[in-house]
Amino acid sequence: MRTGNRFATTAFLALAAFTAQPAAGQEFITVASTTSTEQSGLFGHILPLFKEKTGIAVRVVAQGTGQALETGRRGDADVVFVHARAQEERFVAEGYGVARFGVMYNDFVIVGPADDPAGIKGGADAVAAFARIAQRQAGFASRGDDSGTHAAEKALWQAAGITPSGDWYRELGSGMGATLNASAQLPAYTLTDRATWISFANRGPLEIIVEGDRRLFNQYGVILVSTERHPHVKAKAGQAFVDWLVSDEGQEAIAGYERNGEQLFFPNAGDPAS
Amino acid sequence: MEAGPFATAFHLLATFDATLAQIVGLSLRVTISAVALAALIGLPLGAALALARFPGRAAVIVLVNALMGLPPVVAGLVVYLLLSRSGPLGSLGLLFTPTAMIVAQTALILPIVISLTRQVIEDLWAEYEEQLRSLGSSRMRAIPTLLLDARFALTTVLLAGLGRAIAEVGAVLIVGGNIAGHTRTMTTAIALETSRGDLALALALGIILVGLTILLNGAAFAASRIGRRMTG
Repeated sequence: MRTGNRFATTAFLALAAFTAQPAAGQEFITVASTTSTEQSGLFGHILPLFKEKTGIAVRVVAQGTGQALETGRRGDADVVFVHARAQEERFVAEGYGVARFGVMYNDFVIVGPADDPAGIKGGADAVAAFARIAQRQAGFASRGDDSGTHAAEKALWQAAGITPSGDWYRELGSGMGATLNASAQLPAYTLTDRATWISFANRGPLEIIVEGDRRLFNQYGVILVSTERHPHVKAKAGQAFVDWLVSDEGQEAIAGYERNGEQLFFPNAGDPAS
Repeated sequence: MEAGPFATAFHLLATFDATLAQIVGLSLRVTISAVALAALIGLPLGAALALARFPGRAAVIVLVNALMGLPPVVAGLVVYLLLSRSGPLGSLGLLFTPTAMIVAQTALILPIVISLTRQVIEDLWAEYEEQLRSLGSSRMRAIPTLLLDARFALTTVLLAGLGRAIAEVGAVLIVGGNIAGHTRTMTTAIALETSRGDLALALALGIILVGLTILLNGAAFAASRIGRRMTG
């Protein structure tokens, strides 16, 4: 049994060395945000600038807006950075968030197959376009995941006075990227934020069909999770991140992010309507 | 024409940058830790389950066998609810860390290790029962001897666990959060690149992951070959 013991000891020491966490000491906060901000590469651009200034590392968990707010509610994030104003304001009103600050915007676009079976290409009225898609029963892929984009989509159906249902309407329950992948294959129309669309590489037959309606406006807001609900929240570092995002420096960093020569997000923290 | 997945995989390996190294390293660290933990807990438990006689044993065996098919998202969800700040172990602050991923994967492969170990040890006991009894060994006292004797078969058991752990995405995504530079593994990176529509990069990462799994299995195979030869 001597060999056995020695083997066990060695294995245990190796395991201990292997699982040991790298030296702590680095200050970090956890931010629950949306797939559009993470997958478009925005965070990859602005977070190093924030870290350089403050020394605070930001760990981003990218989820749909509904799920990100739920993560905040459970106290699993210090800050939430999402895009569904009504849900954000409810989050603050319920006492989970300290205050909401508008940070930036971009817009949603309706994308769909280039041969445009619903005949809506080039229009600028998103509600009329949705009504046409429903009338023609042209395929439509919905996020169906309680995300900010899903909320925007539901608002458009409501404005059109339509409760979408039937074979043509597919609720995917997926993130934006997975929904675009599916839309390209079906093919089907779908609603996407412009940032994800610009950074999306597998477009297949899809192209932008309708854009420019003011109802396609997409506002992002940031909220520090309240220490009254969750005492462990890193309020100081979290507030530093919120303050930086709405500061001139943070706003310039957001404006400076481009993909394929296009600016993806437009800072508007100073705008009282943000 | 963009580069195909194999060309991309080759390019990734040739330029093996810090980000990729970090992702591969974390995948290995999480998976190997989970397998080691599952071995530490599961091998003795599996052997005990093979030899012990107690009421309800059959039910336990059926349950453990069934848990081999535990869906990773369910394991992930349970660990998530346990480790969440609003959960019973929330004060540990372990959610969205590699440790949480190790816990989830251990939970996932533990039933495999226990169940397959039980089978191996039960067979071995049937074979050696008389011999061991004549040496005055009780059932429980025989456990270390049997485990040592079955070590090559048990290597395969652990490889089965390793295969499930390294290929798994549902659980680590939920409890790790796929945070860049912190909890992003090979599988969550593949899921991410797929959703970004960069299918060539996703498949290239997949090719590297499969290559890695082959290497690990090859190493285990070689080690057990050498072990067999040395112990005659």
